[in-house]
Amino acid sequence: MGNKTSSKPLLSPKRLERQFSDYKPLYSEAEALIEANRCINCYDAPCISACPTGIDIPAFIKKISTGNIIGSAKVIFEANMLGYSTGRVCPVEELCVGACVYNDLNSSPIQIGRLQHYAAKKAMEIEENTGKKLFPRSKRKSDKKVALIGAGPASLACAAYLALDGIEAVIFEKDTLPGGLNTTAVAPYKIQTEASIEEVNWILQHGVELKTGVEIGKDIALEKLIDEYEAVFIGIGLGMGKRLELKGNDSAAVWRATDLIRKIKNDPDFSLPDELNTVLIIGGGNTAIDISRELAMLGVKDVRLLYRRSRKEMPGYEHEMVEASRYGVRLVEHVTPLEIIRNGEQIKALKVKSTISNDIFDLPCDWVVEAVGQLKHVSKISPEIEVDDQGRVIVDAKTRRTSNPKVYAGGDCINGGKEVVNAAQDGREAAFDILRNLGISPSLHGEKYFKSFVSENKN
Amino acid sequence: MADLSVNICGIKSPNPFWLASAPPTNTGEQVMRGFDAGWGGAVWKTLGEPIVNVNSRFGAIDYSGTKVIGFNNIELITDRPLASNFKEIYEVKKRYPHNVVIVSLMVETKDEWQEIIKRSVDAGADGLELNFGCPHGMCERGMGSAVGEEPKVLQEITSWAKEFSNVPVFVKLSPNVTDIRDPGMAAVMGGCDGISLINTIKSIIGVDLDTLVPKPSVGKESTNGGYCGPAVKPIALHLLAVLGKDPKINVPISGIGGISTWQDAAEFIALGATTIQVCTAVMHYGYRIVEDLIDGLNNYLNNKGLKSVSELTGQAIPGFVDWGELDLNYDIIAKIDGDKCIGCGLCYVACLDGAHQCIHTQKGPCHGWHGEADHGFGPRTEVMPPLHHDGGVPAMSHVPFVDEEECIGCNLCMLVCPVPDCITMVEASHSESKKSWKDHVAKGSA
Repeated sequence: MGNKTSSKPLLSPKRLERQFSDYKPLYSEAEALIEANRCINCYDAPCISACPTGIDIPAFIKKISTGNIIGSAKVIFEANMLGYSTGRVCPVEELCVGACVYNDLNSSPIQIGRLQHYAAKKAMEIEENTGKKLFPRSKRKSDKKVALIGAGPASLACAAYLALDGIEAVIFEKDTLPGGLNTTAVAPYKIQTEASIEEVNWILQHGVELKTGVEIGKDIALEKLIDEYEAVFIGIGLGMGKRLELKGNDSAAVWRATDLIRKIKNDPDFSLPDELNTVLIIGGGNTAIDISRELAMLGVKDVRLLYRRSRKEMPGYEHEMVEASRYGVRLVEHVTPLEIIRNGEQIKALKVKSTISNDIFDLPCDWVVEAVGQLKHVSKISPEIEVDDQGRVIVDAKTRRTSNPKVYAGGDCINGGKEVVNAAQDGREAAFDILRNLGISPSLHGEKYFKSFVSENKN
Repeated sequence: MADLSVNICGIKSPNPFWLASAPPTNTGEQVMRGFDAGWGGAVWKTLGEPIVNVNSRFGAIDYSGTKVIGFNNIELITDRPLASNFKEIYEVKKRYPHNVVIVSLMVETKDEWQEIIKRSVDAGADGLELNFGCPHGMCERGMGSAVGEEPKVLQEITSWAKEFSNVPVFVKLSPNVTDIRDPGMAAVMGGCDGISLINTIKSIIGVDLDTLVPKPSVGKESTNGGYCGPAVKPIALHLLAVLGKDPKINVPISGIGGISTWQDAAEFIALGATTIQVCTAVMHYGYRIVEDLIDGLNNYLNNKGLKSVSELTGQAIPGFVDWGELDLNYDIIAKIDGDKCIGCGLCYVACLDGAHQCIHTQKGPCHGWHGEADHGFGPRTEVMPPLHHDGGVPAMSHVPFVDEEECIGCNLCMLVCPVPDCITMVEASHSESKKSWKDHVAKGSA
């Protein structure tokens, strides 16, 4: 059986990710006040609609501007218990910040993510310094237990809302480090492992139990959890990176992007070889863009992203590609890989074909990184859970309940790979449904601040 | 270039901008730097029996990140020897003969007034300003606003000053009165040559929420101070206009109170001020602000086709009338420019909660006035059920719309809209001619 994580996990400072600095550092008080005061406090604001967790953004920003940090953080956490990390890792340009009305005035939009990071971080500091909890645990102790599989954002959010209403929430994590993609995958200039673990510990202290090193489907059968717990929440994310099955890919110089990122973030013994000059990344998604930028920022001189279609068809965000380009990443459009040409373990070149002219040419390189999506792995937990034709767990759109009424799911395993904030919202919706089914009215319904336009005739 | 020079009570000033009697005019060195920056004149920091000041002595109000929209102080008159002050006044006038130096004065007895006026005139003062306005400290000693609030005393001291002075005498009025015309008339009857207004407003600027001591704190205590800065401008404009409109106040006025920009200055001039006095804005940003005051006013006058600043003086007074004379038939309604609207919803919520519920939203449930339920008489659940308006063109669904039948033209939406010229108030067609409350009363129809 697994062991409870200590509050201070062993994280060596030698990890490569420590070389990155935060691309949006924590605001100073002066910076936060200036930015918060720029917000015009829209009514029924478009930024709220653009947020998957529906945080009342103008409300929390207004509270920053009045110095009410605790109140501000409560607005955030009531809607999103992962408000701290989402403030740092959300693709805000595509969500709240992209929806800010200042965009329509051709003015710089409010930096909502940075303000959220500020309020959440400062409130956590105040909590630590004063010992006064933002959210004291419910005195209503229940004997009800819920199991959560995978200690990523979806489970953490779900477990937090359950624990606050007195449910015993137990998270099972197969790895040693909790936090999911915030710990293992999100670009280190956005968040690093220490901060991810810090957030996990903050969630745990609301009364959530974490068991690491336990793999459901191997150490414990899912059916056993379903029997022993009132409900089970599956938040296992995605599986291993897919392979392209290219000839010659059985070399240590051919990487899955997710593995390489994880090495950079978590492995203290990992470093880039000195002679690493050219790395070709195959893919067009955000993972491909992330690893390209990370390698370029770590000093690899020639980093090229190879995509089979055009830039505008890339599934990765344009704003991320723009940033990667600033660090020297070059995009090669309209090429598809054919074969890895090797000289023993070493790679000589990647043979590619133009998808326009069908010309075939060799691109000399040292490493090849495949970033072409990840496998779904729910079937490893239980073949009983219904999945769609792409392997995504099928859930009710509102409650996140699966085909088994005692089993819920959320995060990447139901959406095929979205954002931390989507996972947080899944976890919250599932928690609310679990609570209601147990006859408990969720105390942090998060609708207090913007009742006037979300509710109709409630009074 | 418009002619910005002014003549007030025979005193010629190169422009209407004077430094008000306050910390920026405390020393000769400061006043000369002010003149170098472009100020036309300066009213010297009030002279009297030198006092001892307390610390701290300044407090301010910030609003939404804007510093010092209101300011207050508990500083008293000069704390430097009179001999030093008079020596510096003499030096300044010698070096800057074309700039105006007015000496502000505050003493108690008739003998003291005679003595200090003689010394001021001897030092070269172009005029005197009797400080009957300071609302803190000095008033507890029977001076400052203690005089300004007692028209009889004010009139008598003014007449003393006129007796002893051969240069123009201005009376600086306190706004801390019920009707500004009382001290204003007293000043005129005392024979003053001009009036300066307003002095600061009696105030407590705030409370330190950590120590629970009012601000500015002097150790564990504080006292009421004088309030000034941009936030007091509307009060000053009103008091200026009341005197400016009164035909019995037949002396020129030097306007003071929250003036920071050339627009502020132009408004004061339009409501009857001949010269402009500035303090808080200089304390905030320095003497350099006079450059844009001059430049902006000049450009404004040129754009208006006015050849001199005196052509602007008093132009807004005829438009300042009693409420009862306003046209009850004048009708305007709000128009929202959908192309400019950014969908912030501020006009909707302002109208909904703060006005007359006649702006409607298409984004979600609309709580505007739909003319069906009552306005709060029935049970809460039945009052004003929200409607979902059909957004029409989806791309425009963020744009609220005005119910033009219900719009009463109050202006609130336009005031809160963050987008320039997005909401405008347009005149609604109406056939009736002007009719005021006074017309109704005259006809016996009220």
